[in-house]
Amino acid sequence: MRTVYFKNKPKIIATSTIAGPKECSGSIGKFFDTKLDDDMYGETSYEKAESRMLFTAIKNSMIHAKKNETDIDAIISGDLLNQIISSTFSARNFDCAYLGVYNACATFTEALTVGSAFVDGGYLNTVVCAASSHFASAERQYRFPLELGCTRPPQSQWTVTGAGSCVLSLSGNGPHISCATIGKIVDYGVTDANNMGAAMAPASACTLDRFFKDTDSSPGDYDLIVSGDLGTLGSRILKDLIWEKGYDIEKQHVDCGELVYNIAEQEYQGGSGAGCSALVFGSYLYDRLKSGKLKKIVLMATGALLSSVSTQQGESIPGIAHAVLIEV
Amino acid sequence: MQIFLMYLKVFAVGGAICTVAQLLINYTKITAARILVLFLLSGVVLQAVGLYQYIVDFAGAGATVPISGFGYLLSKGAIEGAKESLFKALTGGITAAGMGITAAIVFGYLVSLIFKSRSKKN
Amino acid sequence: MKTSADCVNNNYMKYVSAVSPRTNEKRSLFRSFWVGGFICCIGQSVRYFFEYVCGLTGDELGAYVSMVMIFLGAILTGFGIYDRIGKYAGGGSIVPITGFANSVVSPAMEFKTEGFVYGVAAKMFIIAGPIIVFGIASGVLVGLIYYIGYRIF
Repeated sequence: MRTVYFKNKPKIIATSTIAGPKECSGSIGKFFDTKLDDDMYGETSYEKAESRMLFTAIKNSMIHAKKNETDIDAIISGDLLNQIISSTFSARNFDCAYLGVYNACATFTEALTVGSAFVDGGYLNTVVCAASSHFASAERQYRFPLELGCTRPPQSQWTVTGAGSCVLSLSGNGPHISCATIGKIVDYGVTDANNMGAAMAPASACTLDRFFKDTDSSPGDYDLIVSGDLGTLGSRILKDLIWEKGYDIEKQHVDCGELVYNIAEQEYQGGSGAGCSALVFGSYLYDRLKSGKLKKIVLMATGALLSSVSTQQGESIPGIAHAVLIEV
Repeated sequence: MQIFLMYLKVFAVGGAICTVAQLLINYTKITAARILVLFLLSGVVLQAVGLYQYIVDFAGAGATVPISGFGYLLSKGAIEGAKESLFKALTGGITAAGMGITAAIVFGYLVSLIFKSRSKKN
Repeated sequence: MKTSADCVNNNYMKYVSAVSPRTNEKRSLFRSFWVGGFICCIGQSVRYFFEYVCGLTGDELGAYVSMVMIFLGAILTGFGIYDRIGKYAGGGSIVPITGFANSVVSPAMEFKTEGFVYGVAAKMFIIAGPIIVFGIASGVLVGLIYYIGYRIF
């Protein structure tokens, strides 16, 4: 486990986001590019709606970057559905090379890391990195049917309906990715599939600790330390765990899951899902980076690597987190 | 007056059975399907030892509407069948509970023909 | 190879259960009590209706009452109301027979996109299946025990 440095500074030249009605009414809703009134998005199934959302996000990010399909060397994307069907089905619309990645909710920073490595190494010129999730399709895969009357436990999170895409390139303007810490899988034995914050927090603390050590920096050096979808409870655990390792991130830390909904809305711990970090980064954070209000942020998406099968077999939930440093 | 008293009993007993389920949800990480099975089996067992009938006589729908009442029906049917023949001992339970299962399947199918599940906002 | 059991960090698990939020105890119990009681009262009203208006008695009466309750549960699920009730009431809407109907209808509606054979019909019992399996199996067991009991004594 170590940090890789990108000397040629791959730049994020454009982003695009799309989100469902619930996300749009949240605290950063006004920053999203495409706001949907209906999370079916005119399709006949939630899976189709999710692929179409990802397709729209990728397409719009290409338009924002003023690139044609022929200029794009590869699309790297992932989502939460089995065999990442949303990503592959949306990619069949593009005449581009495609790489599918999956690290549950950490997919977005994984895609950014892989994309940056290709671009920095000079193997590919322009790469699109994207991730998506959809509340209804995730719910029916991981949990219960939507119409089943059951109470959500207070530690549960709400899967974000949304997709975010960004275009990485060496030429062009925009904030650049200067390094990435590839995380390792950490499992402390949490088995409660509703408590993903607690399952992911140890992995995020591990990655963040490694990141600070490798870059020889402290939390005060960054404007923001953004975690993916730990939620309120997971964020608290992360702060406690990283404090034990000698870092105080209280001032710099924000969580995409907490940002995306108004917490007063009873979403319990906030948002989750692969689309969560992609959506928040592609809209609000990118906007702030472009306008210079933020200069140096650590984006660390976290993933809970469970499946409905592993949960039923009583397995614990391994967590993972990948961090990327984004500077103006 | 007697009807009002009956409703009071129905409300109290029905509510109490549901509260026990809520206690299980709060204190154990038990899912909806397990709760239903647990209550069904407790209905079967309580009737097998002859207790549930008293609750039904006391509280009417307060005891028959919860899923434990379904277990009570199964058990009662099987016991009555057992008096007659082996065949009826084996089929008595499902005969008594047949209406519930049939209704669930038929209405379930019909409703799914007409309606679609919707995404939620909260 | 490491198994899940090897991963368990007891200190962490203790810490997590200490900081995890808990369900509002009194509120959830109160809600499940009144909603559960209320659904049973509807059942009692249906019972009175069949008893005094239609003149049914005995097993037939009980069967029709459960049919009507299942119908109500199914139709409320169809209109997307039952899951709201379930969110509010928890155990109060799971345990009544209407909750059983909800657990049959909700996957049936959900998996309509996978077709009527492998979707609706096959997935109908993903939640309620165990109830029917354990119900019928235990019914047979009780029947057999009583059958043997009656023959011996």
